[in-house]
Amino acid sequence: MSWLMNLVVILSVTALVAWAFRFAGQKLTHNKPFFRDMPFAVAFGYVAGLLVLIAAVSYYFRPVAVNGVPSAGVIFFRWAVQGFIGFAIAAYLFRLFGRSVGTAGTRKLFRAMPLTAAFGVLIILLYALVSIFAGSIAPYGQEEILANANIVPGGNPLMGGDPNFPLGTDQIGRDIYSRLIYGAQNTVGIAFATTCLAFFVGGSLGFLAAIVGGWLDQILSRAVDVLMAIPALIFALLLMTIASVWSNQLGIDRTIFMILIIAMIDSTRVYRLARAVGQNIVVMDYIEAAKLRGEGMGYLIFKEILPNATAPLLAEFGLRFCFVFLTIASLSFLGVGIQPPLADWGTMVKDLSQFINFAAFAPNVATAPLLAAGAIALLTVAVNFVVDWMLHKSSGLKD
Amino acid sequence: MTQQLLKIRGLKIEGKSDEVWTPIVNGIDLDLQKGEVLGLIGESGAGKSTVGLAAMGFTRDGCRISGGTVDFDGVDLVAASAAVKRNMLGKRIAYVAQSAAASFNPAHRLIDQHTEAPTQHKIRAKAESALDGMELYRRLRLPDPDNIGFRYPHQVSGGQLQRAMTAMAMSCRPDLIVFDEPTTALDVTTQIEVLAAIRDIVEQFDTAAIYITHDLAVVAQMADRIKVLLRGDEVEEAETRAMLAAPREDYTKSLWAVRSFQRPAKPAISAGSTPIVSLKNVSAAYGKSPVLFDVAFDIHAGRTVAVVGESGSGKSTTARCITGLLPPSEGYIEFNGEALPLDYRKRSKDQLRQVQMIYQMADTALNPRSSIGDIIGRPVQFYSGLTGSAKRKRVEELLAQIELEPGQYIDRLPSELSGGQKQRIGIARALAAEPQFVICDEVTSALDQLVAEGILKLLAQLQDDLGLSYMFITHDLATVRAISDEVVVMKDGKVVEQGPKAEMFQPPHHPYTDLLLSSVPEMDPDWLTNLLNGRGVDNIGDAAVGKM
Amino acid sequence: MGSIFQIILQRLALGILTLLIVSIVIFVAVNALPGDFAQAILGQGATDEAVAQIRADLGLDQNYFMRYFFWLGNVLTGDLGISFAQMNFASNMGGDQLVGVVEQIAPRFKATMFLAGVTAMFAVPISITLGVLAALYRNSIFDRAVNVTTLSSISSPEFFVAYTLILVLAVLNPIFPSLSNVYEGMAWGEKLNRTMLPALTLTLVVTAHMMRMTRAAIINLLASPYIEMARLKGINPMRVIVRHALPNALAPIINVIALNLAYLITGVVVVEVVFVYPGIGQLFVDSVKIRDIPVVQACCLIFAAAYILLNLMADILSILSNPRLRHPK
Repeated sequence: MSWLMNLVVILSVTALVAWAFRFAGQKLTHNKPFFRDMPFAVAFGYVAGLLVLIAAVSYYFRPVAVNGVPSAGVIFFRWAVQGFIGFAIAAYLFRLFGRSVGTAGTRKLFRAMPLTAAFGVLIILLYALVSIFAGSIAPYGQEEILANANIVPGGNPLMGGDPNFPLGTDQIGRDIYSRLIYGAQNTVGIAFATTCLAFFVGGSLGFLAAIVGGWLDQILSRAVDVLMAIPALIFALLLMTIASVWSNQLGIDRTIFMILIIAMIDSTRVYRLARAVGQNIVVMDYIEAAKLRGEGMGYLIFKEILPNATAPLLAEFGLRFCFVFLTIASLSFLGVGIQPPLADWGTMVKDLSQFINFAAFAPNVATAPLLAAGAIALLTVAVNFVVDWMLHKSSGLKD
Repeated sequence: MTQQLLKIRGLKIEGKSDEVWTPIVNGIDLDLQKGEVLGLIGESGAGKSTVGLAAMGFTRDGCRISGGTVDFDGVDLVAASAAVKRNMLGKRIAYVAQSAAASFNPAHRLIDQHTEAPTQHKIRAKAESALDGMELYRRLRLPDPDNIGFRYPHQVSGGQLQRAMTAMAMSCRPDLIVFDEPTTALDVTTQIEVLAAIRDIVEQFDTAAIYITHDLAVVAQMADRIKVLLRGDEVEEAETRAMLAAPREDYTKSLWAVRSFQRPAKPAISAGSTPIVSLKNVSAAYGKSPVLFDVAFDIHAGRTVAVVGESGSGKSTTARCITGLLPPSEGYIEFNGEALPLDYRKRSKDQLRQVQMIYQMADTALNPRSSIGDIIGRPVQFYSGLTGSAKRKRVEELLAQIELEPGQYIDRLPSELSGGQKQRIGIARALAAEPQFVICDEVTSALDQLVAEGILKLLAQLQDDLGLSYMFITHDLATVRAISDEVVVMKDGKVVEQGPKAEMFQPPHHPYTDLLLSSVPEMDPDWLTNLLNGRGVDNIGDAAVGKM
Repeated sequence: MGSIFQIILQRLALGILTLLIVSIVIFVAVNALPGDFAQAILGQGATDEAVAQIRADLGLDQNYFMRYFFWLGNVLTGDLGISFAQMNFASNMGGDQLVGVVEQIAPRFKATMFLAGVTAMFAVPISITLGVLAALYRNSIFDRAVNVTTLSSISSPEFFVAYTLILVLAVLNPIFPSLSNVYEGMAWGEKLNRTMLPALTLTLVVTAHMMRMTRAAIINLLASPYIEMARLKGINPMRVIVRHALPNALAPIINVIALNLAYLITGVVVVEVVFVYPGIGQLFVDSVKIRDIPVVQACCLIFAAAYILLNLMADILSILSNPRLRHPK
């Protein structure tokens, strides 16, 4: 129960300091509104935040190894902090770069970009580069089985590493670093292709339903409602079961089935959005004016409706990509998605997951599965930051 | 002995747009004595609402007071702490908002919201203030005053809600009430009741008031003094009668002059001439519910027919029948003597070309992603087949016709233009088709008075130059007086009365037309009093309108 | 009150109809299998009796419509069939103790409900509080920090969050066990201890979603004119929130909670696999891998039913809490 006592003591001390902080602030600045109107909760928040900061800094500077045994907690914490600071600095420099170099249009864009969005754009560009040029960057092939298996990451021969394989090899003997790079190509590439397909199908049907209305709209919308009534992952798993049997029968790669299935499931969400956006635009007077002129469907869609729909559609593309990407990663993690020998981050997490258990005494070993999972998370976070910024900009909310 | 209640000196307010603070109000002075009513008038963007709220020490999100003092009975509301201000609000200064429907909490009954402020400020106990509320409802002539408080906001009509909000503002017997455009959203006939109620109660309790509006005739009824604002600056201030009789500044004079735009009368229609558009007993319905009943009137070439009525009268629906968007269930429409196909999809390109429409809200009427040149150029290309430099030349001609400098505007986007300019583009787009008949659907209703006058003058000029025929839909009788040749009055989907303008504005009338005409405020400070005396006070109220 | 009753009945009817149609979809999907799938699934170990049993059980000798009603009838009376694995096992090993799918699923379902319950218990109060606080202190450092954290959390795949938590709370600091092998009859305290990590993982993910939606709903609400009116009457801020904002916030918040509990259904699958938690999600995944059709069908139906039910509840509750509908004109 001592930790409960500790907690009570800490909270009371924080409350006391918070009260003192506000009191001193009011007295010293002669009742400036900032201190005068500060609710107690806000003062408490400031002091608590400060304490957390002090605790984090002191933890950071603890020794890395005690009597030869590595303090894994400190090591991981340092990596996390260094990574965070590194990314922040990279994003800042990238935004600075974008603000000074480029056309007038891109420079204006970078000027208005918050740091999180800059970080997002940087990561997306990096991933795009890696996935396109994977073949040239990776030192070894993704399926190449080399002689040495289970080499520890870190490149330190004393710990079981090998400088030739900076991130080590897996239990079959494939180079993890190369597979991570090829994973970008496979996972990201497949996710992108699937999203494009979903967007194309869902978007056209959605717009069509918004413009034509009537029974077409009713039938499509009811069908979409039913398809959306089954949770996406569950439905995907169900259909993948069926697909895996067919795949053996017909000899078609299961990955193709997966792309089609996820595209179909995802197109329902795109349909909903495209239909809503289309309906909002279709009731505008300028559409009525064009209709009354006698304009045809093609002109209406491409010249009047689509140009006004780009902002929400673009944001939705980002969101859909994240969803598809995560679904594919999850399916692969469960073993039902992208099949070996293709390198894929989800599968890599599954294969390497037991190494986490060694983290306490050999932190380096645990990095492999965390890197693969982290690669997935990083891209999704980046895309979400960018989409968040786009939505904030276009809604113009005084948020 | 009048005491000074409110003293504002050098008030500066800034607003934040796109992360930059821009000034909204540039140093305004304001004095208000106890029991006095000050009218604050100006066009949209003048800063009236912002000043009104600042008089309470309140700013909306995204605004801040950047300078000056607001002295209310000895307390500087700019420097006061949040607690001090909260003590004042509701108790000594109250606010009546523009939209009562949005300003009442939909989850609570009216009477509960009424008793909240007195209970919070410890002026009266809850039960006592509920009784007081019912008494206020009685004074404000609300129907069933003892029970109406137990209803929820959505169960009560707009005019009644506005009076209930006035009662709520009165609940603590404040020294000052700020009325922020309380009747702007109401129909003309409903407006009378609310204006009368507000004026009476402010007099009865000797409350000072700041009455904010953009309607000159309304402010003339309500205020002892009038202050004119323009884009955050004060233009002029004087006592009501003095200002109405002899405005000093040019801007004030121009505001006053708007209502005097008149056109020379046209010769009478020759008998037997074919009208350009003729509605033959048109009835229409949306699905199962009928909306138009046996509508019949004619529009002759080169003339303007004003179709006037309140919201829900069927004016816009008639327009949709003429354009073919809503095929009538009975009757038909003739164009130049020939029956038009009822559905627009069945009409020929030439038939579609002859009937053009200009919309009320320029924001939704122009494609925000197309340049002005494209917006006007497309109909040119579509109907006459011109392309390239010939098309551009025609577009420039049209821009000149609507009095916009072609070189400056042809490549701009609609978002870069003002409301009046966008409406002119709408006119140009209609003209590009070289039609014979143009439907103007409330085209000036969303514009400020001065800008609206410009549009009306332009439309009149174009009619004279090009021989266009207009069907002008509006709810504003001053506009009707300014621009129409013939008038059609509609109510609840039926034509109530029609005839030449001169006849329409003289008695005898259909009782509804009478009500409509008499409800339009005049620029005479005694108009409201005279009207009420004429009608007999008991006639005011929804019952009167319901009888029609 | 009559019209609100009608609306609710309509929604209920719609919900049941949707469920029916979903069952048809699942049925059609399953029947899209190639003809000799039984053989393909059972593979090398297929015995003739097992194959025949499967064909008879699924009514494969009858036409589609009959098959569907046959299956539907069974489902409604609580008979979800027998898993292939069971059949194969039984016919290979002998003995006729066939365990039905229902008996297989029931304990798993209870376990998943337990996990979902613990998660909801933590997630709902935390996310609503955080959401309301973030909305009240918009654009403060607190709000921005919470925004970035939650955005990162919902962007990460569940297994990333899971493994990170395992790293921090099980491997580096052995507070909780990393494998959650819970079984019936286990002591309450021990059960809770083993369920903590998966519940914590799910909480992190679901809270992030719920908090963001709550924040958006409250911000939207706080911009309403009647909130401004209440402030202009001098009502103190606490009372404005409690009397004016909250009653109108009920509908959107309930909506958010129900939608996210529905989302929980999907998240549960991956989490159960990572922690080897014996719930229905893990059963589902295992059956998918060995293509055990009756189990896959049954699990799918249960997930879909839960999802539809939660969405229906969200719909009905938000109708009930809409004051305009409760007191019609």
